Amino acid sequence: MTILPLAKDTIKVYKEQDVVLLRNRVKEHAVRIKMGLVNQTKLITAASELVRNMLRYGGGGEVLIEVISRGRDNGVRLSFKDKGPGIADIKKAMADGFSTGKSLGLGLPGTKRLVNEFDLKSEVGKGTTVTIIKWANG
Amino acid sequence: MDRIPILKMGHFLLVTIQVDLYDRLAMDLEADLVKMVSKTGAKGVLIDISAVSIVDSFMGRIIGNIASMSKLLDAETVVVGMQPAVAITLVELGLELPGVHTALNVEKGMELLQGMIVADDVELEEDDDITLS
Repeated sequence: MTILPLAKDTIKVYKEQDVVLLRNRVKEHAVRIKMGLVNQTKLITAASELVRNMLRYGGGGEVLIEVISRGRDNGVRLSFKDKGPGIADIKKAMADGFSTGKSLGLGLPGTKRLVNEFDLKSEVGKGTTVTIIKWANG
Repeated sequence: MDRIPILKMGHFLLVTIQVDLYDRLAMDLEADLVKMVSKTGAKGVLIDISAVSIVDSFMGRIIGNIASMSKLLDAETVVVGMQPAVAITLVELGLELPGVHTALNVEKGMELLQGMIVADDVELEEDDDITLS
């Protein structure tokens, strides 16, 4: 089934305080499409993890928030785009417990478990884009 | 600058987090709490997160750090009031909070801390008996 974008919003994230703004904006969109509280919490937590990665490893970037529809289901799609160093070994980055920084290494694999769709594209030297989708009833 | 207040109540320190934390605020809380435990000789730290709608891995790590550091200063940490949606999300994220005690609400958390202190006292008395005999 095709996915139609209904509304979009872009937020630039270059400092820590922007994270709170992003979380609030994501929540507003999720509430508008009547996403349940548990799914909302998962989506916002996922966004929080990804935006932190973007700040720490990618030097910040832009987040595109879209409200999308597929048949009768609505959802939120988030794209995190940075122009950082990129990820050399995506397979390794997606493994539980792996981290090049001093974190727990839960960020990427953990985030994938919280959302319905997860896509990571990265080119060394050019940057990384992570796209996630959470359906209201997913 | 923002600061999360730490209240002293008998042997315990009480923290109620009323806002969604950003990183700096969480790290300041960690440092402030550990200093306060050392300064007051508190036996327990109770953290109420009932108003927190998001706990991500960073925030989880801060809570874990607070518990381990307090433990080194001989204080137990109890986290209370976690929202069900937050608990579900934490488990799916794969985050465990080792060394952190939890209770449903502030009242139950206080009981838990008091219980742990009483247990400590009993142990101390028993030790005394041994040295006397």
